[in-house]
Amino acid sequence: MAYLLIGKLYFMEKFIKLTSSVVPLPIENVDTDQIIPARFLKATDKNGFGDNLFADWRYNKDGSPKADFVLNNATFSGSILVAGKNFGSGSSREHAAWAIDGYGFKVVVSSFFADIFQNNALNNGVLPVVVSADFLAEIFATVNADPKATLTINLEEQTVTNNSTGKSETFVINAYKKECLLNGLDDIDYLLSKKTLIEQFEKSIK
Amino acid sequence: MKTLFDKIWDAHVVSSVENGPTQLYIDRHFCHEVTSPQAFNGLRARGLKVFRPEKTTLTADHNTPTINQDQPVKDPISKNQLDTFAKNAVEFNLPLYFPLGHIKNGVVHIIGPENGFTHPGATIVCGDSHTSTHGAFGAIAFGIGTSEVEMVLATQCVLQTRPKTMRITFNGKFGKGVNAKDLALYMISKLTTGGATGYFVEYAGEAIRNLSMEERMTVCNLSIEMGARGGLIAPDQTTFDYVKGREFAPKGEEWDTKLAYWKTLKTDEGAAFDKELTFDAADIQPMITYGTNPGMGMGITDSIPTLDQVDEAGRISFQKSLEYMGFEAGEKLEGKAIDYVFLGSCTNGRIEDFRAFTAFVKGKKKAENVIAWLVPGSWMVEKQIREEGLYDILTEAGFALRQPGCSACLAMNDDKVPAGKYAVSTSNRNFEGRQGPGARTILAGPLVAAAAAISGKITDPRA
Repeated sequence: MAYLLIGKLYFMEKFIKLTSSVVPLPIENVDTDQIIPARFLKATDKNGFGDNLFADWRYNKDGSPKADFVLNNATFSGSILVAGKNFGSGSSREHAAWAIDGYGFKVVVSSFFADIFQNNALNNGVLPVVVSADFLAEIFATVNADPKATLTINLEEQTVTNNSTGKSETFVINAYKKECLLNGLDDIDYLLSKKTLIEQFEKSIK
Repeated sequence: MKTLFDKIWDAHVVSSVENGPTQLYIDRHFCHEVTSPQAFNGLRARGLKVFRPEKTTLTADHNTPTINQDQPVKDPISKNQLDTFAKNAVEFNLPLYFPLGHIKNGVVHIIGPENGFTHPGATIVCGDSHTSTHGAFGAIAFGIGTSEVEMVLATQCVLQTRPKTMRITFNGKFGKGVNAKDLALYMISKLTTGGATGYFVEYAGEAIRNLSMEERMTVCNLSIEMGARGGLIAPDQTTFDYVKGREFAPKGEEWDTKLAYWKTLKTDEGAAFDKELTFDAADIQPMITYGTNPGMGMGITDSIPTLDQVDEAGRISFQKSLEYMGFEAGEKLEGKAIDYVFLGSCTNGRIEDFRAFTAFVKGKKKAENVIAWLVPGSWMVEKQIREEGLYDILTEAGFALRQPGCSACLAMNDDKVPAGKYAVSTSNRNFEGRQGPGARTILAGPLVAAAAAISGKITDPRA
């Protein structure tokens, strides 16, 4: 988690550039109820959600793995999840970001993300990377042909590269969030540093 | 020239981060038991207090039973979450805490407005995506994650990127048997679940103006289902009449000052939106959904699209969705047998929803094979159901009333629809497993739900 000091160091060391094979999930409109179903939201801490990531797609009723789901297919692995457009729609539950992070994904690539999920991911050091629909289709095709194919995500340069085809795209992230991710800072640190401004604002609206 | 959204947003900017988000001051924070414990843990870890305790309203609603609320909660994990919520309210000295059984307890987006916590011109957040509900009062209201809940508790601010603005105008009048839920499902079916992502929507036009406060809440509530950060409606006499006199509404001189300000809260003539859409209210018929997201909706007499009507990239998801629902492309759903009916949630758990449902079932009998869960949005709604005599009519028609909470909308408690069963639900999401693993949800308004509860089938309430 981005909150923990060790988490921050890990992030700073590992994240500036990441090369990994990917897990493809070519489904559109994956909502946060699929990412982590509501019945798993009863916890009071952030641990263990990775075990139930995509629980209803991943496990049978008796808890055994569903053979046809990609997380249960040893052919695919890596710390980059590649998903269809409009990933993370629906509920604002940050548990979805905790589940993705907890499972070990550091990056989610899609052609489109829901707003709240995108914020939640960034607040947990998981990087949402938006690519064009064409590039997304190319990545899916590459991974289908070669499950060991890798992507390289370079946060500093804001580029995502398909290492099999050499195709690369730049992705957008606002300068503030990029600095936060590169330096392991979070929004609360920033807001706490603005306490005087907040108190002045409150006086001005009274 | 400014839009309504711009006016409220600009009045709450504390600072702007260079090349980054805006630091926005929050007037009202709503808090529930499921998305807050980790935020309080964060405060403890940093040794922080809650900055403005009187600006946070807390109610337990998501993970609560809808029967026997006077008894200890049976599920130990749920009980722990509720106990943690109570402990946090005490430890952080939060005075506006409404636990299970409290007269002000209920679904967060229902108790907020009904107690007068929701005001025009305010910024409102909650760790819940349906916070968009409060936009009905002409407020900027949106859902946030738990990290942001912690930010609000610690500083009464969040960092947000300014969204784009969209205006959706509904001209004309509704036809018979059509209500706010149908309007919203119609709109989402046109825009799709991601069609308003990145936007804050203002709803306008004759059909919106004519809506009651509660109907406006239903429309704004569903803004998130097309991806919008929120939706809002300019306040007018309907809004002021609703707010006036409620316990936490401004009073006396403060009321007069606020009212004068609230009356300025409208989009200036000629102000530009990033996107404008217009619909005709007369085109809307009672709506149902056929798939596994709220954008997969159609008129109750229509047929599910055929495969060639769907974008190529979306076909896998479309087919997966129909397979889950047990429906065929091109099929009509009218007359299909259903198993469950759910009336409730922050979308349709208010008194007007119960009035509409009750008016339809009055003098009729619930279909024997249908299990109906009627869940008031709050204890105040429950009280009103009894006082207005709706309870007696519902009982006579074979319906029972449950106790307030989010209930089968997200099925965190025992109100779960079994795998493979069909539920006509007035809630907001028909996602896979939303109402229980394997449950099949058909979203609709209270009238379609009432018609289904009586006939045991998907039925046009106008027939």
